[in-house]
Amino acid sequence: MMLEIRDVKKSFEGLKVLDGISLDVEKGDVVAILGPSGSGKTTFLRCLNYLETADSGSMVFDGEAFDLHSTQKKDIARLRRKTAFVFQNYNLFQNKNVLQNVTLGLTSGMGMDRQTAQKKALDALEKVGMANKLRNYPSQLSGGQQQRVAIARAMATDPEIIYFDEPTSALDPELIGEVLAVMRKLAEDGMTMLVVTHEMDFARNVSNKVMFMEGGKVIETAPSKQFFEHPAENRAREFIRTILESRQ
Amino acid sequence: MDERLWGILTDSFPKLLKYGIEVTVPLTVISFSLALVIAVVVALIQYARVRGLRQICRFYVWIIRGTPLLVQLYIVFYGLPSAGIVLDAFPAAVLVFGFNEGAYMAETIRGTLEGVNVGQLEAGYCVGMSYGKIMWHVVLPQALRTAFPALSNSLISMLKGTSMAATITVMEMFRQAQVINGRVYESLGLYVEVALIYLAFCTILTWLQRRGEKRLAGYGGARR
Repeated sequence: MMLEIRDVKKSFEGLKVLDGISLDVEKGDVVAILGPSGSGKTTFLRCLNYLETADSGSMVFDGEAFDLHSTQKKDIARLRRKTAFVFQNYNLFQNKNVLQNVTLGLTSGMGMDRQTAQKKALDALEKVGMANKLRNYPSQLSGGQQQRVAIARAMATDPEIIYFDEPTSALDPELIGEVLAVMRKLAEDGMTMLVVTHEMDFARNVSNKVMFMEGGKVIETAPSKQFFEHPAENRAREFIRTILESRQ
Repeated sequence: MDERLWGILTDSFPKLLKYGIEVTVPLTVISFSLALVIAVVVALIQYARVRGLRQICRFYVWIIRGTPLLVQLYIVFYGLPSAGIVLDAFPAAVLVFGFNEGAYMAETIRGTLEGVNVGQLEAGYCVGMSYGKIMWHVVLPQALRTAFPALSNSLISMLKGTSMAATITVMEMFRQAQVINGRVYESLGLYVEVALIYLAFCTILTWLQRRGEKRLAGYGGARR
């Protein structure tokens, strides 16, 4: 088991956002985290990378235990070097061009020398189809292009897992496809991924596991095929139906 | 224009310009550099909420902004010698102008730092960068870029403000005009002349600001 997450709890000003979330992730798993807005999906993902501090909970990552409530700074830094995060609104460094956006983390985050970093960055940008825009600044790119650069930035650090926080939610509909295609390719290459998403096709066809959350609790965790064809829980059934209906 | 006045103006012009270039400009450049360093440090300390130091910075901004520049000049140049601290006029002026404008600029930069999206910091953390490196490579450059027009304003205002150094005996451009006037009694002509030279200097700065902004537009561009 690559990642064992146990009993993550988190409240914001008395409001319970996460009420004991647990999840097991195997190497190569692509887990889609589904659920209505406000169910705590994003907060859960952010807790795993210490962007939020959980009230309690633990995680075993690659055989090493982490307390999600209190951990030393240097342990957090080491953990973050093995993971990557893709944000809903991309968060590309606004003052850096496409190439620098990818190399900066490699040189000043991972301590790589400039030449190796450039090579790795070009490689990653090639994979997401952005190698022809190296000198462009984020403000000169479309949302879809920015998100692909953000994915390249994540891939280039050779993470063991990539967390995706609603990677297509901020995109215009016609730009969603290009980002999903890149993610699908990543999944096919065996990358371990945790994806908070509202894209049902992605959850159904690319992910191999679904975790369905509501009200800060896990309602159902199941293999994707099983989740969509025979959801065990009423709430999951209703959720799938509403989503499918709303698209017609 | 009568011949006497014309003679005075043409005689004084090279002298005034010389003091402008040799004293007013260096005084402005050195004071502004000091102000910029102070402003960045003070703004960063407040942004990062460094305990203890933060209170000191707030106190500094409070004192400086709450007292007149002219009074600050007098305290440092005429007052401090009684406390055993004797400074030459020029360094005294640099210190006062630097610390004075530094307080205002610190507030400008603090504001633009707060305006940088927190997602920039988070993205830096997620690629393994330390807080210091993210500030240096990502957050501070963006904040300074946004602050550029306001900082240019400070520079222009400081250039004109250096004329106050005349009150603590710094022989700069305005003081030189006063001295010449003491000999020839031609207040209107001389002071308008010196005003026009300040105006010319400020026009050059405004032009430089515009060029700078154009160049910076390519770098980072408009933030979302």
